[in-house]
Amino acid sequence: MIYRSLFPRDIFAEFDRLQRDLQQAFDTSPSIRGFGRGGYPALNVGGTAQSVEIYAFAPGLDPAKIDVNIDRGVLTIEGERASALPAAEAKAAVHINERFAGRFRRVVSLPDDVDPNAVGAEYRDGVLHLSIRRRESAAPRRIQVQ
Amino acid sequence: MTNDVSKTEESRRDAVLPPVDVIEDSTGITLYADLPGVSKEALNLRVEADTLTIEGEVGLATPEGLQASHAEVSVPRYRRVFSLSKELDPEKIAAELTHGVLKLRIPKAEHAQPRKVQIRVS
Repeated sequence: MIYRSLFPRDIFAEFDRLQRDLQQAFDTSPSIRGFGRGGYPALNVGGTAQSVEIYAFAPGLDPAKIDVNIDRGVLTIEGERASALPAAEAKAAVHINERFAGRFRRVVSLPDDVDPNAVGAEYRDGVLHLSIRRRESAAPRRIQVQ
Repeated sequence: MTNDVSKTEESRRDAVLPPVDVIEDSTGITLYADLPGVSKEALNLRVEADTLTIEGEVGLATPEGLQASHAEVSVPRYRRVFSLSKELDPEKIAAELTHGVLKLRIPKAEHAQPRKVQIRVS
């Protein structure tokens, strides 16, 4: 259950969520502006006894250009999304522009018992699914004091 | 009548507004909508009178016994409704779904297409 205590400590994620919830609570009419630009990609995180599962809602990417790194228990998802908007000289009018464009980076700190060498990554329908296995030898260890 | 009831029930279900880009050029409108997690089969596009409805269900392959610890996408459904204007031709909408991005091309009707006017000098 280590991973459960991870996220309440992530103050920015908490703020993000609070902001989103407030927006959703007050936004009763279907606004033409949409809502929630609190982070691209949006992340859902969960786990089973054997693995940690991360879902990044990152539509419109080239899977070969998504950068996923694990360094000392910190997972980073990085990349860039091209804009769909026409060039400035094109004869076109942009009526709504809500979709994210540009570089993005999201960081998740992983629980201690995951194995960074056993990561499955799959990109399907615009969702990046990372499955990181937990180590089997996650038993507590006694450290000798000299 | 029963149809109407089920329809209102359906529209009452919670759904997230997907972010969109809408671009208009001389021959029509291009709409992009972010629908991550929606497969082709789970996408529902409807045009009724002059109303365009985009609806999609999020389908994720989750392992057994998954417990969520943090969720930014908590409603597994997208819905967004647009009114189309008269000069658009709803019969000729082309849709394409790639990596969770829906691209709709709605051309303008024949009579609304741009036309170069020849000026004759006599």
